[in-house]
Amino acid sequence: MTREEAPGDRDIAVVAFAQTDHRRTSEELSEVEMLMPVLHEVMASTGLKTADIDFTCSGSSDYLAGRAFSFTLALDGVGAWPPISESHVEMDGAWALYEAWVKLRTGDADTALVYSYGKSSPGSVRDVLTRQLDPYYLAPLWPDSVALAALQAQALIDTGATDEPALAAIGARSRADAAANPHAQLRGSVPQGEYLVRPLRTGDCPPIGDGAAAVVLAAGERARELCDRPAWIRGIDHRVEAHGIGVRDLTDSPSTRIAAERAGVHERPVDTAELHAPFSSQEVILRKVLGLDESVCVNPSGGASAANPIMAAGLIRIGEAAARIHRGESDRALAHATSGPCLQQNLVAVLEGDPR
Amino acid sequence: MSAILKAPLTVEFPFTRSLGPVQSAFLTGLRERVVLGVRTGDGRVLVPPVEYDPVTAEEIRDLVEVAPTGTVTTWAWNHEPRRGQPLDRPFAWVLVRLDGADTALLHALDAPGPDAVRTGMRVRVRWAEERSGAITDIACFEPYDGEPAEPAGHGGAFDDAVTGIVAAARLDYTYSPGRAQTGYIEALGDRRIVGERCPICRKVYVPPRGACPTCGVATEERVEVGPAGTVTTFCIVNIKAKNLDIEVPYVYAHIALDGAGLALHGRIAGIPYDRVRMGLRVEPVWTEGARYPDHYRPTGEPDADYDTYKELL
Ligand SMILES: [Zn+2]
Repeated sequence: MTREEAPGDRDIAVVAFAQTDHRRTSEELSEVEMLMPVLHEVMASTGLKTADIDFTCSGSSDYLAGRAFSFTLALDGVGAWPPISESHVEMDGAWALYEAWVKLRTGDADTALVYSYGKSSPGSVRDVLTRQLDPYYLAPLWPDSVALAALQAQALIDTGATDEPALAAIGARSRADAAANPHAQLRGSVPQGEYLVRPLRTGDCPPIGDGAAAVVLAAGERARELCDRPAWIRGIDHRVEAHGIGVRDLTDSPSTRIAAERAGVHERPVDTAELHAPFSSQEVILRKVLGLDESVCVNPSGGASAANPIMAAGLIRIGEAAARIHRGESDRALAHATSGPCLQQNLVAVLEGDPR
Repeated sequence: MSAILKAPLTVEFPFTRSLGPVQSAFLTGLRERVVLGVRTGDGRVLVPPVEYDPVTAEEIRDLVEVAPTGTVTTWAWNHEPRRGQPLDRPFAWVLVRLDGADTALLHALDAPGPDAVRTGMRVRVRWAEERSGAITDIACFEPYDGEPAEPAGHGGAFDDAVTGIVAAARLDYTYSPGRAQTGYIEALGDRRIVGERCPICRKVYVPPRGACPTCGVATEERVEVGPAGTVTTFCIVNIKAKNLDIEVPYVYAHIALDGAGLALHGRIAGIPYDRVRMGLRVEPVWTEGARYPDHYRPTGEPDADYDTYKELL
């Protein structure tokens, strides 16, 4: 170790972000064909070549496309020869970013490429997601992702914290905001629709779609070289709830609360929050546990209500928050990612730009 | 360009799963119409039971019988049941806290409509007629307005306990191979083999996947390769594969088709297995109606010079 700084104190920043246009189907493209333009875009915006990247980490799930080890084929888009240092998580790319952040903190790497992608169009995503549930007590009943979210929404309505019109307003606000997001799948005015599983209507649920995202992380001075205004990761943490749905209080999210505390969310106010709330009711819970008031701009991108490519939507929250800092639209932003049923696993990051 | 190929793809997997002592007791109990929970160190009763306390991570196995009656803690009306779900008519998903339990169990509630369901309503287990030791031994819940049932105090010991379950799953997909592989498969239909050339390193990939893994860029220039090629390396297969009607021993080889930047693999026939060698020149043999070459046979040409294929090993 020749560096003067202690590795654990290194500042790490998101220096670039790119995403696909998210669409209901991309059947004309293989996974690597869908992913590659995003990889090229994120690399081009930093001027880095594959050989300049010290560590690559990706997130995806074989269950979406029904193909084993599909992430190995996606590696073709990275240019993995000569051999690279690479890792993969069978989770949303936000957790791949966490792994890359740890790698950079150790001092083993100065730059990292993080990407994730999901093609939901080949299968039925509501059925596919039942396979992530406890195989003894839950999976044999095939409770789909909307049904589980609907149980959570009803529990929340029973507490008086929200009602169906308030939930509808969340979806409507998100899609209206997404009108300014050229990548979003659902934009502008979208009908609230019929019940999918009561009390959730189509408008409370995320669109099903295909998409990919990528970010570049860099440490210390390297970040300043690559980006005019790096989005420094001031804190990042992730936590998980008990796996039994019926053990949890579905109207609360203690894992998000703890992750936010550990990430330092409450040290100073944030101006932006990109929340990964695929269902409108989940935004109500997240706002409460994160203590976000009306002064915070929540999901200016439209959030997961406007585009929810599974395995990429959480990484996109971090990317969108970082991009606002890059553009000077935010000074301190919160990004949140979730995975699993009813907000089971939660990751919270705090990003900051240099003072202006 | 022609349309992208698509085909149905079904993935089925019957996982055989072992049960620990707690899950075994719970699922065996369902077979015997007994609902068991597990008591934590601080006296809470978890139903369905788990082997480790979710708060303290302490191992727990103090089984306690709870009632088959309980209270709905939350619900969701499912007007359009999906394949595999407990009922094939509209029903409510419910979390039910059984009498004597502190946590809730997820299942279906058979009710005439959403107006008949509310949080706090009383329900009881409807048992499946045939039970095997699975969560589906509870057919569903049904509305119930009587007194809480009195459990008999079963301790969780059973003769002939269930020790495993088969968790069958089926997912249906529409598989599409994407642009590059569609071109490859379509060319095979005309008994041609095509690859794609990398615009940077000029290597020709067969079969093409749409990207050069070395350069990390899209490959788009389609190039016909072969039909003849050179054996770059091979192995002799001595064990007959199940459902494969090929006499052993036979030779499986890497074959660099003329013009290709890397080798693909195929079976070599039309020559004794012990005379196959590196550098042997071969060509594909197509059988009637086949969608890919059945095997490769010697062309009769002189062997290729090592220098012509050493980069393709
Ligand atoms: Zn190349």
